[in-house]
Amino acid sequence: MSDNAYKDDGQAEVAAAPAMPSSTTPSGIEIPQVATADMARNDPGSPGEYPFTRGIFPNGYRGRLWTIRQYSGFGSAEETNQRYRFLLQRGQTGLSVALDLPTQCGYDPIDAMARSEVGKVGVSIATLADMETLFDGIDLAGISTSFTINGTAPMIYAMYLAAADKKGVPRESLTGTIQNDILKEYVARGTWIFPVRPSLRLIADSILFSNDATPRFNPISIAGAHVRDAGSTAVEEMGFTLANGLAYVDEMLRRGGDVNRFAKRLSFFFYVHMDFFEEICKFRAGRRVWARLLHDRYGVTDPKALMFRFGVVCGGSSLTAAQPYNNIVRVGIENMAAVFGGAQSIFTCAYDEAYQIPTEFSAETALRTQQVVAYESGISKTVDPLGGSYYVEYLTDQMDLEISKVIAEIEDYGGAEKAIEDGYLQSRIARRALERKLQTDAGERVVVGQNHFRREDESASDFGEVFKLDAEAAGQTIERFNKVRATRDGAAAAASLRRLSDAALREDANLIPYMIDCAHAYVSIGEMVDALKAHWGEFQEPVGL
Amino acid sequence: MSLMGKRILIAKPGLDGHDVGAKVIALALRDAGAEVIYTGLRKAPDFIANVAVEEDVDAVGLSILSGSHLELVAETVRQLQALDGGAIPLFVGGTIPADDQAALKDAGVKGVFTADMKIEEVVAAIDAVLA
Repeated sequence: MSDNAYKDDGQAEVAAAPAMPSSTTPSGIEIPQVATADMARNDPGSPGEYPFTRGIFPNGYRGRLWTIRQYSGFGSAEETNQRYRFLLQRGQTGLSVALDLPTQCGYDPIDAMARSEVGKVGVSIATLADMETLFDGIDLAGISTSFTINGTAPMIYAMYLAAADKKGVPRESLTGTIQNDILKEYVARGTWIFPVRPSLRLIADSILFSNDATPRFNPISIAGAHVRDAGSTAVEEMGFTLANGLAYVDEMLRRGGDVNRFAKRLSFFFYVHMDFFEEICKFRAGRRVWARLLHDRYGVTDPKALMFRFGVVCGGSSLTAAQPYNNIVRVGIENMAAVFGGAQSIFTCAYDEAYQIPTEFSAETALRTQQVVAYESGISKTVDPLGGSYYVEYLTDQMDLEISKVIAEIEDYGGAEKAIEDGYLQSRIARRALERKLQTDAGERVVVGQNHFRREDESASDFGEVFKLDAEAAGQTIERFNKVRATRDGAAAAASLRRLSDAALREDANLIPYMIDCAHAYVSIGEMVDALKAHWGEFQEPVGL
Repeated sequence: MSLMGKRILIAKPGLDGHDVGAKVIALALRDAGAEVIYTGLRKAPDFIANVAVEEDVDAVGLSILSGSHLELVAETVRQLQALDGGAIPLFVGGTIPADDQAALKDAGVKGVFTADMKIEEVVAAIDAVLA
């Protein structure tokens, strides 16, 4: 019995080729030996036309390549700013900000709950001063920036706008995305703060505000990626996500939003794992199901509001710590699936992401992977090159049916909001994760280098360069935080915080302008969150086992 | 192998929201006969130690994927000792680099588990300590 996974565990390993994989996709859809014309009954239509099976643009990537957007952030704002400059100099076209857990959960870096986590899995942004440092020397009007932030998305959005204000960049010129998808946080990612109701209010506040003030900005990115990485199938990933999407649409309608307007700025985010065709067809089917739901159920007529725009991340739990260089190949295949699926932005994980924050070398390799796919492979030169393939159209239709079934199951349960509050979706995913793990353990699901074709002599020295986090980063962050608190106009900060707190009690008030005032007054994220917690309390997590 | 009659606390210290591993292990331990208590996310070490002692558990499993394992485990050990729970076997699962695995064991952790280990290995290792 060994507790080091890289050593021989004494069991006889399968060294020969594994049995041929089963004839179903990982989601359980039957794979024909040969697909024929009679299996592909539906005409997929034309790209750029409802229901957009073949893509949302008539000219595909000819008009505009996808955004190459590598997720990055660690340590202090200074360090992360340096990494951003490094990536931009090497041809990255959008920024994607990884934030540390205290920032994501609404704790200031000096909070006892933040201890040992400041700057660990992302950069710490506690006040406007951090945001200004993060984007020092970067033109906010010239770059789109995506923030993976949810519980504190409205506060981070407010600070980003305040930073733009201070740089003299007009708000309407800002492009980018805040993830701002709280429902999937309750299901899979875990950075919730408030109960479901007030959280949905904050999301509606930010969408309504952003539609006016930053019309080119995506105020929400409804994400299936985390649900997927937590163990769900591709079908469930899309089904759960679209069900959450419907919950947001309903909330916006309750707030008096115009669906033909706000639906234009709803965006989505998914994982791409290794089953090539299932991933491609997941996106083709998802695009069609979403357009159909908006059209049939909500009477959306504006074609732009029917368009399913999405970003992806390639890698995640499909990567292995064993033989990490194999991950470069995996990510390359997933990158191609994302392109065939018609993604608007792509993040390729670095090969060492399964066990550490990427080094500059691994981060550059991941970026180069996208550039090879984009500029050498030629696959982006024609729109939806797989359209009309018997197998691809068959599988797209099957995915459409199965995704629609998952949405119907959630609606039968009482909708996404109830399914989440009860822990129904959480338990379903936990069970699925155990199933998947047991299949991998048994070798039924082949993972090269991990459960098949293992190298028993592999050692940590084969992993290449090791990333070392700057031990001073947390100290630097805390120092800046204390300095900001000591030098800001205390009365102005207190007054803006009080106005935010008062506004929270008025159901009809949009809280975003109050948060922007707070940001300008250098009120911290923890202070804003605490003020709201005092009224709303915290989410009570169901056990979900 | 049976964990019948054993009470095991699975806990998520710190702010890390990755709970798949914790839940998968909780379900597997339950399937192996144990009574499992799961704390849910974002629990402070003193809270976890309190639950462990109050509930008189036979083992505590901490799941940490945020890189803060050294600090959080040390604090949990300290809190358990403060409550006379220092004898309760402690296990850790998560993204733990090889060097840190040794450090955790030096700190008194009875087993360190990473994502590429088989579930049955993990359950057997816990069983071996509790038997």
